[in-house]
Amino acid sequence: MGFVNQRSLMLSVYIGAEMDHREENKDRRLLLWFFAVATAVKLLLIPSYRSTDFEVHRNWLAITHSLPLTRWYFDETSQWTLDYPPFFAYFERFLSVFARVVDPRIVNLQSGIDYGAESVVYFQRISVIVSDLCLLYGVYRLTRKLEPMKRNLICALVIWSPGLLIVDHIHFQYNGFLLGWLLLSISFLQEGRDLLGGFLFAVILCFKHLFAVAAPVYFVYLLRHYCWSGFVTGFRRLVTIGAVVVAVFVAAYGPFIYHGQIQQVISRMFPFGRGLCHAYWAPNFWVFYIILDKGLAFSLRKLGFDIRIPSASFTGGLVGNSSPFAVLPQITPLTTFALVLLAISPCLVKAWKKPHPGLVARWIAYAYTCGFLFGWHVHEKASLHFTIPLAIVAVQSVEDAKHYFLVSIVSCYSLFPLLYEPQEYPIKVLLLLLHSMVMWLGFTAQYAEKKARKKESGEIKSKFKIGYFEKSYLMGLFIVEMVSQFLHPHFLGDKYPFIPLMLISTYCTVGIMYSWIWQLRRILT
Amino acid sequence: MPKKKPVKHSGDDDIAAPVSSQTGSSIDTLWWWLTHKGTTTSFLCISLFALLIRSAVSMYPYSGAGTPPKFGDFEAQRHWMEITTNLPVIDWYRNGTNNDLTYWGLDYPPLTAYQSYIHGVLLKIFNPESVALLSSRGHESYLGKLLMRWTVLSSDALIFFPAALFFVLVYHRNRTRSSKSEVAWHIAMILLNPCLILIDHGHFQYNCISLRLTLGAIAAVLCGSEVLTFGLFSLALSHKQMSAYFAPAFFSHLLGKCLRRRNPILAVVKLGIAVIATFVIVWWPYLHSLDDFLMVLSRLAPFERGIYEDYVANFWCTTSILIKWKKLFTTQSLKSISLAATILASLPSMVQQILSPSNEGFLYGLLNSSMAFYLFSFQVHEKSILMPFLSATLLALKLPDHFIHLTYYALFSMFPLLCRDKLLIPYLTLSFLFTIIYHSPGNQPVQKTKASIFSFKNFPGYVFLLRTHFFISIVLHVLYLTIQPPQKYPFLLEALIMILCFSYFVLFGFYTNYTQWTLSRHFRSSGKEKKHI
Repeated sequence: MGFVNQRSLMLSVYIGAEMDHREENKDRRLLLWFFAVATAVKLLLIPSYRSTDFEVHRNWLAITHSLPLTRWYFDETSQWTLDYPPFFAYFERFLSVFARVVDPRIVNLQSGIDYGAESVVYFQRISVIVSDLCLLYGVYRLTRKLEPMKRNLICALVIWSPGLLIVDHIHFQYNGFLLGWLLLSISFLQEGRDLLGGFLFAVILCFKHLFAVAAPVYFVYLLRHYCWSGFVTGFRRLVTIGAVVVAVFVAAYGPFIYHGQIQQVISRMFPFGRGLCHAYWAPNFWVFYIILDKGLAFSLRKLGFDIRIPSASFTGGLVGNSSPFAVLPQITPLTTFALVLLAISPCLVKAWKKPHPGLVARWIAYAYTCGFLFGWHVHEKASLHFTIPLAIVAVQSVEDAKHYFLVSIVSCYSLFPLLYEPQEYPIKVLLLLLHSMVMWLGFTAQYAEKKARKKESGEIKSKFKIGYFEKSYLMGLFIVEMVSQFLHPHFLGDKYPFIPLMLISTYCTVGIMYSWIWQLRRILT
Repeated sequence: MPKKKPVKHSGDDDIAAPVSSQTGSSIDTLWWWLTHKGTTTSFLCISLFALLIRSAVSMYPYSGAGTPPKFGDFEAQRHWMEITTNLPVIDWYRNGTNNDLTYWGLDYPPLTAYQSYIHGVLLKIFNPESVALLSSRGHESYLGKLLMRWTVLSSDALIFFPAALFFVLVYHRNRTRSSKSEVAWHIAMILLNPCLILIDHGHFQYNCISLRLTLGAIAAVLCGSEVLTFGLFSLALSHKQMSAYFAPAFFSHLLGKCLRRRNPILAVVKLGIAVIATFVIVWWPYLHSLDDFLMVLSRLAPFERGIYEDYVANFWCTTSILIKWKKLFTTQSLKSISLAATILASLPSMVQQILSPSNEGFLYGLLNSSMAFYLFSFQVHEKSILMPFLSATLLALKLPDHFIHLTYYALFSMFPLLCRDKLLIPYLTLSFLFTIIYHSPGNQPVQKTKASIFSFKNFPGYVFLLRTHFFISIVLHVLYLTIQPPQKYPFLLEALIMILCFSYFVLFGFYTNYTQWTLSRHFRSSGKEKKHI
């Protein structure tokens, strides 16, 4: 009798395991399905407009392939010099092996300049598509323990992210690949495997130093959560993680330190001469600052004060000692650095007080939001750094979903000026609309009322509702788009070409600021 | 003021957890998302995606890009816009100093001309040099291409999509059993149809308009509104004469229905008035003199171009390898032979519809008659496969297995054409995309058809045959892309592709004809059973 019971128990356990296994297989299939659909779209986007970043990356392929390591950070054959950390250079070196096989001219320093043949376009585009496998693995690892509904939602939000499609597969960059590493790192942290998480973050930093904004969060969290456990273990762990991080940095920068070039590498990586704002006016805090300055200068001049018109521009960098601001004090990189740190600090305090693994993604996203809002020479592309981690947070509650709905639309919209050619116009608009639609459908389904679910037909009530304020703000986006795309060219023609850009970034700044305050409140409560 | 709920941070929030555990399998979340707001919402979502795909494909080159002096279909359409915006209506089809008919003369019915006129006016506003008389021949520019592409995109979005929605709503209203996910799947099949996307947005044509009008007419049949049907179908015919591929099905189905009325003559007269009125309105400018009318008609039937062109997978072209039709017969006699063959081939399905008209039989009839036309009529293009393919799309839920095979071979039959247009990447990508959406997880479209008494699968060797077919087609794909054919037979691979596709189409035609007939038998027997009870 007992034997039979045991057997049946074993059998049921076995069947249960089998079921779980099958479920997991199905989920994996769905994830692959998402990825396959995205890949098809990416392939179709191959002939679209590509920015100078395409040529930048091609040049890096050429530099790393045809020059010895010692000259990588010195080469100035093309104006697009290598300014990413060494791991990215190694990555380009790795790609260049295949590039040479495809077409030797791609990796030629001189004759490859502005090379636009099909071979190079297809090679580089496909290299981005393939490197997105990293993103796929990151998402898979991050979401595999979650319940199906949430997991699928995260996958759809990240893998079908319109921002990634616009920046990586039209504009041309490798953000999907890098964000994949970040997600992987977050997934380890969430599982409590802090050492691996920290290691991966160190690796990301050596790929792209712009990710360093989240370093304080990582530092505090790892110190508190990983190392803060008794004196002996704590010290041992501190030494371990320190050694790991140092090892990663040595692997990256070691050769350059050995050749005594570290100064050059650093100066390439941090070009502070580039100015406070990027040419496209990323929607951050400084937009307000500049507008306030302009307004003050204008009104003071009206009142009879003698205000000189500044000779330097905001985007052109600091020319000598002259300030681009007429009235307000000048902003230096140090100011922005201090401001970013100040903005992050509440989150750091919170992380120290209660280092909960489930909150790491939220803190990291918050840190990137601060970096985006207050940083020096921020690109609008950097908004991806927080929209992608926020997707993980978005499935945790209705409030988060509502917030994410707004912020991801705003950040995607702020990328619109990147694709200024008319050919991509329908594509970017459709991407945004489709994304909003998927989010709306996904969130309403996710937060549908319990009882309504069982009903086959009829109106289904959902807790996910977009508030009046958010709705009118999003409607405003539509008006901004109308003004900048149609009314401005129609009435003003080529006059004041900066107005549409300024309008878009100012309006998006409001949204991003709102998101920042919202996230801050959320972290503090 | 209501106090805000204390915010929870941990992953396992109480809001969603119990809900999603009820749904059981995670896999249907995808369809649950898509469909929980109703058919129209899911249609909107899918159509946004379909539009995205279309606009992405439209960035690829069009037919005849950068190949003077004749260019391709793109230049033809542009030239028509040039002609229609600059010349008076009566001169559109007439040879003259400003309208050299040997250079892409207008050879579609007046509705196409009107559509060209509207699009031409739009182009004239934004880019006047692209439609300037005579000087714009072979015009190619970034803006010109973009505007032309956008005209197709907008006609697709404004015309094809609503018609598809109309059809889906009507079709699934009658089918009570179809689940929501099936409806969504069906919408995706109709809108993401790779053949139509590649031809309209890659190669460059306006098939979406005439197909839409036909689709609208089909939906009207399912609705039971005959006058609307004939109005729309007459419009389709006056947009592209190729819509006549569907004519036998419409004719026989509605005739069958009319004969069952109490007052058949009155019904027929009503329909006749609808047809004549539509035609008169569309053709009005050319009805003032017989000469004008005949001039237009002669432009529409280019018999001098021979019974076939290029390598199209139809009967005449395939058999011409063995029988040199063009040498054996005069064009005149070939005309009658092909007409007879076409009628003979579409006769079975027509007879079935006259005897027992039913909605499902009607859809099969459309498929059969258009397939008969594709296989046997005079002067068929590769692109004409779109007509049988459209009707197969409508039946996608009925014959899912055959549908995916048909898609594959229909695409394959256009492979050489698309390769010439440098549309290889969209060709491969769209086939891939279509296949994964067809097999999208959580949706098992494989449904038992009503004619499951007999299935080709039971035939010994059928599956084997299909697999061999598929294998050969893969090999041909690779060969076509990699090797140069021998000097003696420069079109060897095209011919092989044609034979392969033709054999599949014939097989498919047999199958659907058979299904249509078993359908009526099934219906009749079930009807009798009901009477017995």
